[in-house]
Amino acid sequence: MADTTSKVKVIEIKQSVFASNDEQARNLRGELKEKGVFLLNLMSSPGAGKTTTLKQTVKALEGQLRIGVMEADIDSDVDAKAMADTGVKAIQLHTGGMCHLDADMTRQGLEALGTEDVDLAILENVGNLVCPAEFDTGAVKNAMILSVPEGHDKPLKYPLMFSVCDVVLINKTDVMPYFDFDLEKCKEYIRMRNPNAVVIPICAKTGEGIEAWADWLRGQVKTWKS
Amino acid sequence: MHELGIVFHIIRGVEEVGRKNRVKRVSAVTLQLGEVSGVVEHYLQDCWRWAADRSELLKGAQLRVETIPAQTLCESCGEIYPTVAYGKTCPACGSAHTHLLQGSEMLIKEIEVPEENDIPPEPEGTGETQCPVCGRA
Repeated sequence: MADTTSKVKVIEIKQSVFASNDEQARNLRGELKEKGVFLLNLMSSPGAGKTTTLKQTVKALEGQLRIGVMEADIDSDVDAKAMADTGVKAIQLHTGGMCHLDADMTRQGLEALGTEDVDLAILENVGNLVCPAEFDTGAVKNAMILSVPEGHDKPLKYPLMFSVCDVVLINKTDVMPYFDFDLEKCKEYIRMRNPNAVVIPICAKTGEGIEAWADWLRGQVKTWKS
Repeated sequence: MHELGIVFHIIRGVEEVGRKNRVKRVSAVTLQLGEVSGVVEHYLQDCWRWAADRSELLKGAQLRVETIPAQTLCESCGEIYPTVAYGKTCPACGSAHTHLLQGSEMLIKEIEVPEENDIPPEPEGTGETQCPVCGRA
């Protein structure tokens, strides 16, 4: 074998594994700022209520903001169909087995969606509390939904997810009496990970709290476009 | 479970460096992983073999991992202690006002390139300066 005797040259790199993704994400954010498109990255575990929350969000913002939704899943298009039924522009992204989206995949998604008639683009990330938190998608803000049945100790178990989120929605508040979910403890744990995170309790099924969430979004989009 | 995505980003990063340095083949990649980076080395190696062998540049390349120990600093008493053993609570004074000094890193440290694969730099003013439409220089 020639390789065992031949010399090797070492090239020093010393860069983060995420360096190129972070750069792509920064570029994407810059382009979105120029176009006046606000991109929200919405994360949660599977079943926390991302799609139901989005349907309520669309209803609350109808006629005020032009919304486009990208549904990312490993397979199927049930979520994109559910969103399209609400009348907003929606596309399905398949990650091909990957558990998260990165900046390059997000860019491809935005190109497929078309942003010329969109004020608020929402990326519904793959249901997962670990990997999506590691990859900057290029979104302006990160949001996550924690549902009551998951338990109030999730911020302790998935610290990175809670530290990258600008807003945490606590969903399914209607079932709070049936679970040992301590809302104050949960807020305290979130603050430990991220003192700046905004916490909004909602119930996507009944619509409770959706107005406060819609207000937050309106404010963010307005600031971004100014 | 995120190891495959991380491997793709390592490959992308190395391919970029490879292009800039005009490298044809890489025989080894050294990674520095923090003890609390959340990456499982065993999974990473599995994903690496699968993905690296699909890259022309990295076919057969070895992945070496160096571990960076996790250390936490206590802001209350100044103690520096091992994170894995004690977590967020300082073992000296019991304070929770602590922060991670090191141990969450995921760095591509260096790559090894077999020397016989060196190609001389392309002479200037050839090839790519032509207009792709009309063919004029």
